[in-house]
Amino acid sequence: MATDDIYILGIDMTKFGKHPDLDLVDLASAATMGALADGGVTMRDIGVLAAGSLLNANAGIGQQLQKQIGQTGIPVYNVANACATGATALRVAYMAVKSGECDMGLAVGVEKLSGAGLLSGGSRPSDDGTWTPKGRYGAVAPIDGRIGTETMPGVFAQIGMEYGHRYGGTSFELFARISEKNHSHSTLNPKAAYQKRFTLDEIMHDVMIAYPNTRPMCSANCDGAAAAVVVGGAKLKTLSMQQRSRAVKISASVLTSDPWEEGCQVLPNVNTLTRNAAQQAYEQAGVDPQDLDLVELHDCFATAELVHYDNLGLCSEGGAVDFFESGATWRDGATPVNVSGGLESKGHPIAATGIANIWEVATHLRGEAGNRQIEGARLGLAHVIGLGSACGVHILERIAA
Amino acid sequence: MTRQTDEEKSAVVQIPIVEYLVLGEDPHLEVNECVACHARFFDRRNACASCEGVAFQRTRLQPEGEVRAFTIVAFAAPGVPVPFVAALIDCDGTSVRANLIDVTPDAEHVHLGMKVRFCTQSLGLDEGGTEAVGFGFKPLA
Repeated sequence: MATDDIYILGIDMTKFGKHPDLDLVDLASAATMGALADGGVTMRDIGVLAAGSLLNANAGIGQQLQKQIGQTGIPVYNVANACATGATALRVAYMAVKSGECDMGLAVGVEKLSGAGLLSGGSRPSDDGTWTPKGRYGAVAPIDGRIGTETMPGVFAQIGMEYGHRYGGTSFELFARISEKNHSHSTLNPKAAYQKRFTLDEIMHDVMIAYPNTRPMCSANCDGAAAAVVVGGAKLKTLSMQQRSRAVKISASVLTSDPWEEGCQVLPNVNTLTRNAAQQAYEQAGVDPQDLDLVELHDCFATAELVHYDNLGLCSEGGAVDFFESGATWRDGATPVNVSGGLESKGHPIAATGIANIWEVATHLRGEAGNRQIEGARLGLAHVIGLGSACGVHILERIAA
Repeated sequence: MTRQTDEEKSAVVQIPIVEYLVLGEDPHLEVNECVACHARFFDRRNACASCEGVAFQRTRLQPEGEVRAFTIVAFAAPGVPVPFVAALIDCDGTSVRANLIDVTPDAEHVHLGMKVRFCTQSLGLDEGGTEAVGFGFKPLA
């Protein structure tokens, strides 16, 4: 193991779901204490803390967490980066260790979202008494529903439909079958918010949210937290055999935003920044997408999963439909995608998601995934995207101890 | 209070829902186009996100386009009437966000690649009698 490589030393996630009796700090504490114990270290070993809770971005969740589990005076970075908040926290810890400022860092993401409903386009106050232009578009009234949609199910529906327009082959049923796969996968994941298998018919006849996304094709709002301890290679060499043997190498850590392209400020372009992040990550890790044993990608909606097969280079350009039809992304396929159940079934407590997907991949690479273990998994990729936009891609690798 | 004459009453003052909608005899959409690189934007600009240029000209959009993506929103915030069709329309190379109107909002009647045309519609009068005007795209033929 190279001394300047960075590794996951310890990692944990809470069960995703409803936790009415636990507040944000309880959930963050559970994941963090789990990650520290998993890595065989304590807060005294940690040199930097990066923490995020998107819907409470001004709450100083990092310091709140310290006050419950260990105040050691280290720098805290509270981060917010839409649905990429968890990946951003991880990358802050990664960069601090990579730069040599400290040899161990901690990243935490936590969210309480049970029963949250629609998360944007979420209001249309009654129109004012007089039409008065406001904001950068000089709008005299709320535009959601009047000039397209601001709701996430509708935005991501269009992203999937646009792929269909460009390359053909998409249909309501195709998107529903992607959701069928993820709900099937989650039946093996005890940490998933939902572990119920849905038939294709049930998915297609569930409540329509924004065509072609029905309710089970949308990410599940729930509560949860995830945390990871990262360590530099030089420090890892000094740790015990058991710690070294379970360490997982972060072969690539990339964060991108979207470069300007026509239309990107009209309908978010989630494609280019994901393609850029993936390309940089494969170069950093020195691997090809075909080498991946499993992928956890940001299926915030069934329509989004399809486009990311292509964006992450899992298939040839324009080939996402055929790739899915081949069965490649089922857990017994060539490139299993979202064996955790994904955001649609495992759930999407926003800031936790970008670390929980790392936990999923790391757990398979360690051979500790139980019933849902992808046998012999050696290389995996975790992807998140937050609108605005931010894309995080991490490639993890099992190392010989 | 001054009594309005019939003539004044008939001349209802109109205001567009957004500044990039231009009303009058021939309503249309206008973008802020970067003079240097021709990148197009609908909002007020500080600079060009593509080339950092700071000079913009108002440019009129083509009224006809093609549906490049759509969704039929069935579940929205309280107060937003559903279902409605939200779409991304390609107007001669410029992406435009709008509702599709004058079309049955179901997957039988809306399809990718559909040809559509810009149109306006009233959003109603405010307390002072000013009429807000919105826009959408409707199927051609």
